[in-house]
Amino acid sequence: MAATVTNTDRVIDAAIGGGGPRSRGGNGFRKNGGGHHDGDDFRFSPARYRVGVWVAIASIVMLFTALSSAYVVRSASANDWTPLVLPKVLWLSSAFIVVSSITMEISRRSLKAQNNRGYRLWLTNTLMLGIGFVAAQLFAWRQLARQGVYMASNPHSSFFYLFTAAHGLHVLGGILALTYLLLRTRRKTDTVEGELKRVGAADAATVYWHFLDGLWICLFLLLFFWK
Amino acid sequence: MAEASHDVVHRHEPPKSFIRKYIFSLDHKVIGIQYILLALSAVIVGMIMSVLMRMNLSWPGTHWPIMGTLFPTGAPGGVMSAEFYLSLVTMHGTMMVFFVLTTAPQGGFGNYILPIQIGAEDMAFPFLNMMSFWVTFVGFIVLLLAIFAEGNATVGAWFTKLGASAWAGGSGTVGSIGGWTQYAPLSALGKVAGPGQGAGVTLWIISIAIFCVGSLLGALNFITTLLNMRTRGMSLMRMPLTCWAWFTTAVLALLSFPVLLAGGILLLLDRIAGTSFFIPGGEYVSGALIPNHAGGSPLLWQHLFWFFGHPEVYIAILPGMGATSHILSTFARKPIFGYRAMVFAIFAIGMLGFFVWGHHMFMSGMSPYSAVAFSILTLSIGVPSAIKTFNWIGTLWGAKIRFTTPMLFAIGFVSVFVAGGITGLVLGQTSLDFFFHDTYFVTAHFHLVMGVASIFGMFAATYFWFPKMFGRMMHEGMGKLHFWVTFVGVYAIFIPFHAMGMLGMPRRYSNFSEYEFLKNSHGLVLFVTVAAIVTVTIQLLFYFNFFWSMFKGKKASDNPWEATTLEWTTATPPPHDNFAGVVPTVYHGPYEFSVPGAPRDFIMQTEPEGVEVTAGLGETSGNGGNGHKH
Repeated sequence: MAATVTNTDRVIDAAIGGGGPRSRGGNGFRKNGGGHHDGDDFRFSPARYRVGVWVAIASIVMLFTALSSAYVVRSASANDWTPLVLPKVLWLSSAFIVVSSITMEISRRSLKAQNNRGYRLWLTNTLMLGIGFVAAQLFAWRQLARQGVYMASNPHSSFFYLFTAAHGLHVLGGILALTYLLLRTRRKTDTVEGELKRVGAADAATVYWHFLDGLWICLFLLLFFWK
Repeated sequence: MAEASHDVVHRHEPPKSFIRKYIFSLDHKVIGIQYILLALSAVIVGMIMSVLMRMNLSWPGTHWPIMGTLFPTGAPGGVMSAEFYLSLVTMHGTMMVFFVLTTAPQGGFGNYILPIQIGAEDMAFPFLNMMSFWVTFVGFIVLLLAIFAEGNATVGAWFTKLGASAWAGGSGTVGSIGGWTQYAPLSALGKVAGPGQGAGVTLWIISIAIFCVGSLLGALNFITTLLNMRTRGMSLMRMPLTCWAWFTTAVLALLSFPVLLAGGILLLLDRIAGTSFFIPGGEYVSGALIPNHAGGSPLLWQHLFWFFGHPEVYIAILPGMGATSHILSTFARKPIFGYRAMVFAIFAIGMLGFFVWGHHMFMSGMSPYSAVAFSILTLSIGVPSAIKTFNWIGTLWGAKIRFTTPMLFAIGFVSVFVAGGITGLVLGQTSLDFFFHDTYFVTAHFHLVMGVASIFGMFAATYFWFPKMFGRMMHEGMGKLHFWVTFVGVYAIFIPFHAMGMLGMPRRYSNFSEYEFLKNSHGLVLFVTVAAIVTVTIQLLFYFNFFWSMFKGKKASDNPWEATTLEWTTATPPPHDNFAGVVPTVYHGPYEFSVPGAPRDFIMQTEPEGVEVTAGLGETSGNGGNGHKH
């Protein structure tokens, strides 16, 4: 376990441009670096996570916009559209992801309030709900497959499997991020910079998680209530 | 070892091991060079393919024994088959557009130069940056695999063993025959659609999907870095135009590659999962009915592809525009004419690029009303393009120009951009496009304006930044010879293309000898082939100059061109963290040349305001008077 933590941290440290503690030179964190920075931080600023996650969201939105346009065009291009009956378990998965958005927000606010225990608790809850969401989606696949509805059965089922898989992959990415944050809580936080990174990463993960929630609601409505 | 100066915040030591330093490096400079080397490799494949195409067009039916040995199925007895020729067209386009014109300008030079020009020590997310290159590299390998899966019987047999028709290989072509646009439904059907349409297309799609992911990681990094990592004083309007160009390119990539990725996923599912996104019912191919598919829309693919495809051509050209603006100003020793207008023009070109994809589809049977809308939007791109062109000319006007090799290529860029762009106004009109569609006129247009122009931009960038990257100058004599032969050569190739197009010569045909109306144009075809072979040959001189200068070139000072931007304030080549732990402070705009009353004809961006600068010419001027340590 400990080994995993260190490795992940090293990768993430590298990913955000920080060096190891050794490379920080004599001055430690730059806030103490003497008049050079005037408080505006360009060497390390947690804002980069926030910017980065919004930029990533823009590109994911384009991916799903393209797929949704294909959905709309394809549904009108021939009369072979057989609407799926909404698998009931999708209500459950939708509930999971909506509630997980709330728990994620509570967890972020706990971190902001320096309540580490609350942060860890609600982060764990979010993670569980996220895993529950993926499980429920897989269960919906299984139900459909049992009824003999597969990817190639008809255009609506093709799009259903495609959308749930594409969204599910992004949720798995979110689950990885949450796992990382959770593992990170076990580390004795050291520097101010390390703490800033942690808060920045948690902020970014929250934005991303809310986005996944919203994205699923849109896809759910498009798939079963648009036509 | 640790410097005690209060200016030194923290120095990052470079990694020690070879693998971390040169292979899986997190350093944007190493990654940039890796991208450039990738492009230098891919362009060789693309160039060889173009020469093979010219050989086939000029001397149809000739036996090339070596071709017969290499491709016993595709070129039986050494005579290239029509399908073989088509696969050359496809892979030439794919190699060049994706792995040369998208990698070198953005991933290569953008990666290396952008963080230094804005005063950052690295990209915002170095790990993603490394992933971006290696993902792209895997895409390249998969594309090469597509060549072998169809071209080589043994490799082809491995893929055929996978069973499905979408994986059948070994047709003797060098990949798919669908062209770089890979139009559905033929690209969605598998082997039944012809030689090269099995594993060749499947691997093509996978390669491009991987490439999309790599480009997205890169774009995410560029945007975040530029918004978040600019050094003190580097306001947006003090950024070099190169940074604006890379930023706009990143925005285009960020928003257009996901659409291609979506299209690629749908196409792949049609091929291997039995869905019908693009395959209509009742499709007959080679006399056989395609079973089990119905209701798909082939036009949908064209929309998805060109929604990406048009921004893609700007992804290729915008960095070249940025480099050209930068280099023209530097060697004209004048501020760039209309800096703000240049910024707005580049952004306008980028944004308009999202609303014109339909002009690639005038012949697809779209409503004439939407064709008119696309046409008007397309022609309106002429406005920002003209603003840029006139500003480049305004920069050169009345200047004491230093005709160095990078400057020659930058001027060459303006020339080919205008020559190729002007025919865009012809093709953008539906009535004229009906005639010119799918003729060599189109080929001439996009090769000049997007292929050759962006390559000229990259040549200019290479000669200009080589000293900073490798610490040595490239050889000027060889560079100038390279420029003049290339410059004359590309016009000798592509001006006749316009004439061929007007004669009605269609693209992608492997043999014109059978058409009565083209009998008289064989001389033109031959002339183009000779010009192409000469132009390709002279590129060997560029390669020689590139690698020879790396070791034997004249040692470069920190600022050999007497330029003003931040990359010239640091050591040559820059240390691992770019500014050796010093944080540069910017006081000036990027193009303050020949400022009246200034002691030299250029003011570095870091020179403090009102301080008499006494440093001698050719020496580094330091970081805002702090000097630098390396």
